[in-house]
This record gives sequence, structure tokens and C-alpha cells, in this order.
Amino acid sequence: MTAIEARPATSTKTMPGAPRRRRVHPAIVIVVGAVLVVALTYVLPPFRNYQLATVGAYFCVTAGLTVLTGLNGQLSLGHGALMATGAYTLALSQNKWENLPLSFALAVLVTTAVGAVIGLAAARLRGPYLAGLTLAVAIVVPSVTSTFDETFNSDQGLSVMLNPPPEQYPMEQWQAWLCWAAALIVVLLLALLVRGRFGRDLRAVRDDETAAKLAGINIARTQVLAFVVSAACAGVAGALFAYLAQSVSPGAFPLTLSLFLLMAIVIGGLGSLFGALWGALLLVVLPTLSQSVGEHAGSQRLEGNLALIVFGVVLVVVMLAAPGGLASIPSRISRLIRRNR
Amino acid sequence: MSEFIYLTFDGLSRGLVYAAFALALVLIWRAARIVNFAQGAMAVAAVYVAYSVTNATGSYWLGFVVALLAGLVLGVTVERVVMRFVDHSSPLNGVVVALGLVLIIQGTLGIIYGNEYLPVETPFSRDAFEVGGVAMLSRYDLFVIAAVGTVVVLLTLLFTRTAVGLRMRAAAFAPDVSRLLGVSVGGMLTLGWALAAGVGSLAGMLVVPTELGVHPTAMDVVFISAFAAAVVGGLDSPIGAVVGGLVVGLLLSYVSGYIDVTVAPMAVLALLVVVLLGRPGGLFSSSKARVA
Repeated sequence: MTAIEARPATSTKTMPGAPRRRRVHPAIVIVVGAVLVVALTYVLPPFRNYQLATVGAYFCVTAGLTVLTGLNGQLSLGHGALMATGAYTLALSQNKWENLPLSFALAVLVTTAVGAVIGLAAARLRGPYLAGLTLAVAIVVPSVTSTFDETFNSDQGLSVMLNPPPEQYPMEQWQAWLCWAAALIVVLLLALLVRGRFGRDLRAVRDDETAAKLAGINIARTQVLAFVVSAACAGVAGALFAYLAQSVSPGAFPLTLSLFLLMAIVIGGLGSLFGALWGALLLVVLPTLSQSVGEHAGSQRLEGNLALIVFGVVLVVVMLAAPGGLASIPSRISRLIRRNR
Repeated sequence: MSEFIYLTFDGLSRGLVYAAFALALVLIWRAARIVNFAQGAMAVAAVYVAYSVTNATGSYWLGFVVALLAGLVLGVTVERVVMRFVDHSSPLNGVVVALGLVLIIQGTLGIIYGNEYLPVETPFSRDAFEVGGVAMLSRYDLFVIAAVGTVVVLLTLLFTRTAVGLRMRAAAFAPDVSRLLGVSVGGMLTLGWALAAGVGSLAGMLVVPTELGVHPTAMDVVFISAFAAAVVGGLDSPIGAVVGGLVVGLLLSYVSGYIDVTVAPMAVLALLVVVLLGRPGGLFSSSKARVA
């Protein structure tokens, strides 16, 4: 059993671009997804549309993170902080110029630049060292906002000036469209990117650095690029969060957010963009469920904390029982059955 | 000048706590090649146990002892129930599982005690003695020095002078050979986790009263500081952990004193970056092979 499962997190079974899935061009999947989302926004009530929008925002960052961690083997706990970077940039730019497309572009640019800096450091680090450094990045967010409180207004954060959407569309529907447009573009770009040479390089570096180097791959460059791409996705997600909440504060980007993101990509199967979608969905559904359980039990303490426990248990159980993520369970079961016959 | 002296003593006292915590990280790293990212959460759990016991009985010392025992038990539980079954072929797996434990522990503590800072008492006064008008150490600082010093001496004796310590080192260094020679490698691993978690909860007991109080996330920044300390010293070196802890403690004390408390986490991040990029093996990593 152990021989086959020796590198479960890296099993090719769950990778996008594995032979089974290569037949469908990602663009087709994206178009189908877009049609589905638009149809959904007409059926769902406003609050569900808002949640749908949140799923889209999460999808951006989980997709980027799963490419970094799953395909390139770099574990980042700093993506919550990168999202905060995107969110604060959007807020600052929006409050100054009130030009949403410009603010989004700036948010992505700034986050990409920050990601490049972290990525340069990360390319020289491995395993627990990288995790520790990025953890420090995640913890530094409140410290930065309090130290430069004239710009970031410490714990209170900033509100975001937004123009109302076109009149004929309800607010939540508009939000869902915007978030999903961003998410689908991000995911399409990622899917195209990891299908090609870049994706092969990422995996080669992850699996065996020496072999990759011998094959002429520039290891450091690949790792930094992976981090930059992933950071850009986090920047998009952060900007969307600021847009959705119409405010930003350090409390919205705690360390647990980064851990939640990790859980999201682990449960979907590391490296799988489809898995990232399931993860993003769970990030919205599980807290909602646990909140309603908490309300039902009439316990405020339960509301926020039950989600933590559920996420933690899921993370541990998936990691111990099915490191390839939920998507890998059917193939694992069939393998077990075949062996026992 | 007097402020400098005060900050130095404060930094050394703080640094000893970080040293103890870093020592806990190093213990597990040496035994299992895992950086226990759940160490902070486990320590907080132990502090909460102490909080409950002290509130119920009114005795700080009873709470203190129970917290250390709770730490040992938690360490054994985590190793036996979870960590033992982690697939170590990728170093990511252990980290991810530990982070899952962080969520579980923090969520559980939040449900039981609520997400607010609860005040924790100190057994001794934290007012510093004054020598010639210059504030130096407090009784509590002396207690910290004594406690951490005792732990360091006991651990040194354990690893260098006893048969159990020798077995633990052997089990970590050459598990297969040790098993053939009759060492219970799994048992030694469990013992290592128990010891580390015990030392970690001691550090938690010492550091929490000096900050805002006990909170499910109270040790997050402490964990990062201790991780920085362990990295400064090299994850493999217990002496390095102690020296690294003192370095980090002094740095944080000066930064908090001369600039602002809110800058402290940024200083830790900067230190981590400098050390990791400049000397990733730590200042005390002279030999490639593990000697002990």
C-alpha cells in the first residue's frame, strides 16, 4: 500500500491536463461555467447571489494557490496577507480616484510586486522553512496596518467608495457577475498556463529538482514565476473581497484565512483546478452551515468556532486518509478492491 | 542608558521564554523531522487548563503543575493519534496536518472559553527591582530564568547522561539500526513529543501572563518569534535554540521599547528573512551530518 501511495499529494490522477481531461479545451469548460453562473444568478435570491459572488472571489485565490502548492510544491501560508494587499490597494485607489477598473489593475499589480518579493525569498527555501516564513508574512498584517495607521487606519480599516451598479440589475447579481467574470478569466489563464511548458516545468521542479536542473529548467526562475502568478490571483481575490464587503480591515484577513485556503486546496486535491472550485465552495458553505447550527443551538461561541473545528478535522482527515483530496477517493477505493480480489 | 539596561534585562527574560519554546520545536524536529506548527496552539490549550484549575482551586501552583502534565498528555495524544499516521514522503504533509490541528485546538478552545482575552495572574510581582535608580529584573523575571534554566539543565542531563536519552538520540539518528538493537523507536518518538509539548506548555505558562492574557490565538506571534529563534540557531541545535531565543528576545525588546510594540512582528519577519536568506542552516550549523 505504501509503495503506491508514496507521493500521494503529487499523484498525477488529480492533475489538470492528465490525459483523461486533456480532450476538453479549458475555454469550453469556462464558457459552460459562465453560462451556468449567469443562469444561476437569475434563479437565486439576493443573499445566495452574494454568496455565489464570494465563492467566485475565493475561487480566484484557491486556483492560484493550488498551482503554487500542488503543482510546484511551495506551501504558502501568506496568501491571506497577499489578499489583504490587494484589498487595501483597491480601497486606497478607489477612495482616491473612484475608478474601479484602474483600482483593480493597481490591486493586481501591487500584489504581484509583493508576491515577487516574497517569491524571490521563497525560491531559496524549502518545506517547513518556507511555511514558517510565509506564516510570519500572514501574522504581520495587523502589525503593518497599526504601524502605518495614517494610511491604513489600524484595526478599523478603510471603507471603499463604490459607484452603484447599473440600475436594471440588482446589486448582488451584479456582484456575482463581476466576481465570476474575474474568477473564470483567472482560471482560464491558469489552465492554459499549466497545460503548456510552464506547467511541465512546475511539476518537474516539484518532483525532482536535480532532474529538472539537468533537463535545463531554471529552478529559481520557475519557482519565483509560480509565486508571482499565484500572488496575482490572490490580488484579484483580495480586490474582489474589498469590493464585496465595501470595506477592508485586518480582521478580515486573519491567519485562519490562510489556513482555510490551505484546507480548500487540500480537500479538492492539491494541484487540481476543479478541486480549487470545490474548496472555494466549501469555504462559503461550511461557515454558513456551522453558523446556522450555532444559531440553532443558541450559542454565539459555537457560531464562529465550529467552522474552525470542521475545517481542521477535514484537513487532518483528508491528509491522513486521502492525501490526493476528495477527487482521488474513487480511484483509491477501486485500487483497494482490485488488490483484495 | 537606564532604559537600555531595563530593555536588555526585559529582552533576556523574554528571550528565555522564546528559547524554551524554540527548544520544544527543536526537540520534535530532531526526533521526527517535523516542525510542529501546532506547538503554539497546544501550549495555549495547556494554559487554558491551568486557568481553569487555578480558578477552581485558587492555587497558581496547582494550575502550573497540571498545565505541564496536560502538555505532556497532549503531546502523547497528538503523536499517537495523528502524527504517527502522517505520510512523511513529502515534508508538506506534516506541516499541513499540524496546521489542521491548530484549527481544531483553537476552535475547541474558542467554544469552551470564548474568543476574548482572559486575564491570567502571575505568581510573583512583575515590578522590577531598582539598583541605583535603574530598573532591572522583577521577581517574575527571576522565576522565568530559574524555570527555563532548570528545563535546559534537565534536558541536557537527559540527553547526555541517561540511557533513555541515548536511546532517543539513537532512534532519531538511525531508526532502523536502533530497532534491531532493541530500542523502541516509536516509544522514543512519543516520549520526544511529550517532552517537547511539556516544554512548550511551560513556555506558554511563562509568556501568557506578560501579554494581554490567554486567548485561543495568544501564541501565534510567540510561535513565529520562537520559530525565528529556532531558525537563527539552526533547527538541529538545542544550544542554538537558546542563543536564538535570547537574540530574538533582545531584538523584540529593543524594537518595542525604542520604536513601538506594533513593529515587533515586522522585526521578527525581517530577522527571519535575513537569517533564512543569509544562513538558512542557522548560525550553529557547522557540521552537515547530525552528531547528536
